[in-house]
Amino acid sequence: MPAVQETVERVKRIDVDQYRYGFETLIESDKAPKGLSEETVKFISEKKNEPAWMLQWRLEAYRRWLTMTEPTWARVDYPKIDFQDLYYYSAPKPKKTISSLDEIDPEILKTYEKLGIPLREVAMLEGVEPKPGEQDPNRRKIAVDAVFDSVSVATTFKAELKKAGVIFMPISEAIREHPELVQKYLGSVVPTSDNFYATLNSAVFSDGSFVYVPPGVRCPMELSTYFRINERNTGQFERTLIIADKGSYVSYLEGCTAPQRDENQLHAAVVELVTHDDAEIKYSTVQNWYPGNSEGKGGIYNFVTKRGDCRGDRSKISWTQVETGSAITWKYPSCILRGDNSSGEFYSIAISNGYQQVDSGTKMIHLGKNTSSRIISKGIAAGKSQNTYRGLVTAHRKATGARNFTACDSLLIGDKCGAHTVPYIEAKNSSATFEHEATTSKISEDVLFYCIQRGLTQEEAVGLVVNGFVKDVLQQLPMEFAVEAQKLISISLEGSVG
Amino acid sequence: MALLEVKDLKVRVEEREILHGLTLTVNEGEIHAIMGPNGSGKSTLSHVIAGKPGYEVTDGQILFKGEDLLEMAPNERSAKGVFLAFQYPVEIPGVATMTFLRTALNAQRKARGESEYSTPDFLKKVREVSKSLNIPQDMLKRGVNVGFSGGEKKRNEVLQMALFEPSLCILDEMDSGLDIDALRIAADGVNALHSPKRAMVVITHYQRLLNYIVPDIVHVMSKGRVVKSGGKELALELEASGYAQFEDAA
Ligand SMILES: Nc1ncnc2c1ncn2[C@@H]1O[C@H](COP(=O)(O)OP(=O)(O)OP(=O)(O)O)[C@@H](O)[C@H]1O
Ligand SMILES: [Mg+2]
Repeated sequence: MPAVQETVERVKRIDVDQYRYGFETLIESDKAPKGLSEETVKFISEKKNEPAWMLQWRLEAYRRWLTMTEPTWARVDYPKIDFQDLYYYSAPKPKKTISSLDEIDPEILKTYEKLGIPLREVAMLEGVEPKPGEQDPNRRKIAVDAVFDSVSVATTFKAELKKAGVIFMPISEAIREHPELVQKYLGSVVPTSDNFYATLNSAVFSDGSFVYVPPGVRCPMELSTYFRINERNTGQFERTLIIADKGSYVSYLEGCTAPQRDENQLHAAVVELVTHDDAEIKYSTVQNWYPGNSEGKGGIYNFVTKRGDCRGDRSKISWTQVETGSAITWKYPSCILRGDNSSGEFYSIAISNGYQQVDSGTKMIHLGKNTSSRIISKGIAAGKSQNTYRGLVTAHRKATGARNFTACDSLLIGDKCGAHTVPYIEAKNSSATFEHEATTSKISEDVLFYCIQRGLTQEEAVGLVVNGFVKDVLQQLPMEFAVEAQKLISISLEGSVG
Repeated sequence: MALLEVKDLKVRVEEREILHGLTLTVNEGEIHAIMGPNGSGKSTLSHVIAGKPGYEVTDGQILFKGEDLLEMAPNERSAKGVFLAFQYPVEIPGVATMTFLRTALNAQRKARGESEYSTPDFLKKVREVSKSLNIPQDMLKRGVNVGFSGGEKKRNEVLQMALFEPSLCILDEMDSGLDIDALRIAADGVNALHSPKRAMVVITHYQRLLNYIVPDIVHVMSKGRVVKSGGKELALELEASGYAQFEDAA
């Protein structure tokens, strides 16, 4: 049987069991009543002890949302979501505040362990005195703000960050402790009225991370958050807000995996980034939500709005994403290049297998003078999946000297999958230089056989070739994540070949 | 002892029979040359021995060290010592040659139940071998065969052969595209691997290569069969009179 045929056969057999991270954790939870209404919104706000202005903000978003309809332009296909059939809030039963990882529910820690996310290890490596000679002392520190279901249950390294003046905390806490910052920035990049899912998120967001880096500060460690959905029928509405004040720098890593599910789960996160003059935010994501079983049943619906506002001159925002999970991905991390000489980057690896549908890309909106953007997208489609890159690059009339470079490569494994490239380019002034390159290729039998002849298994060969294909993007990830990402890429293509 | 025994091999590609009952025996320590006109099935034979998908063996047998080769997965064959230097080596963008060499070597060793090479040992070995083949270290940092000249690609094949130490080396037109100096270097590399336990099967169109790699036996292939075998002088004879005399025999 030719390898491609085998690939196709294998993909057919992908099953829930193969989803390594599919398991549940039994923890008591605290749920909002099913369905969405003003009462739900009030319930959430109350649970979080929110000030009145926050509730008002949510309610306005909710009322707005009632007037909106789901967008249909993306190349994704799914049964209609019954928004009244979901729970909008679920939290592990609140316990006393946690000052160390030891106080976290052992069930939760076990979950992370199974995920291969070494929360405990991180704490051991970084938080507690290491045993001599046990580790590489140069390893950079990672602060973990672990989000379990909808509530942050552990926040580490707060002290060190505090010393630097960096605020890194659950957004629910920031709303209470830093209302002036939250009020100033929340919704300033993604307005409550932005799009159906973002508006929904604004009404019911449960928690997420808040980061503020003061002027001139280089954040002393990578900030990392791990997300996880763990309640049946619970929509997860993450809200993240990161502000880099003048001349500051922060690198933020987001990673997520989800347990297996029979029902589809809605995930509609909003991430807002703001950089002031000379500031830089590097935002990296490794996404591995449950993709659904071999019949295309189940899996996470991931409708995400991520946007960065390069508000200041010479500021920079860089998005790097490795997308391997979700039944449906609808995601366009974008940059608004408002400040003069500001720059935006988008590096993406999107892998789809089985019946996954990915519609992802970016928007680079050039408003300031001499702004530049760079897009490197690598799409890999296997099985019966559909993988679409959708990118928008625009230059405003005043954005003189705007530059963009886009390279968009797709790799097909097997012949039942599809890769699509949909670029929109608009330059409203003649001094803009936009370059666009796109390629689509099929994984070559000859290349695979070459590797196999030299001793690799078919699976190893695919892994090697794919990792070579995505190398340019993988290199953009912080070291800590590059290895995990490489692992994920191989895992997500497991079973895509015989 | 017979290392490779191909017995009455019949092979189809896409419903068309390409090899019509081919027989070939290669003993340990021997160097065989296979010559024959374009399309006679030389590459097909090498692919079937290596286990490339897409070929249907309808009849016959291939034994390697007495074992049924056709029952083995292609990577298993590799681990057991079958090496094919391709007529057209492929490019693998983004995968550094060094990484590739190491991954492949360790995969083979693992399959044989041997321990992986340590980094210093591996690097030492690669450095030695690449030096003898005149391959600059810089080249090894580049993607596998990416942007390599024709000659460099072929040398990279010989490099892998030297590194993996297979017991059967099949070289499919390693001389094509090589200039005279490169040919000599590659041939020297191959000759250096000659040992009483290792056999070489050299597929070529040109007798010139056989001045460097001197065969014990020369086979003439035509239309999917070995139609004549002889000593090294057979190659000279072919050079003088061409393949026409064998067309009828096939
Ligand atoms: N995948 C294929 N599909 C159809 N025909 C094939 C395929 N592979 C090989 N053939 C045919 O089989 C025959 C033998 O090809 P092969 O490549 O083995 O010849 P060769 O002796 O190596 O030739 P050359 O000296 O030109 O390299 C040719 O007629 C070729 O067209
Ligand atoms: Mg050939």
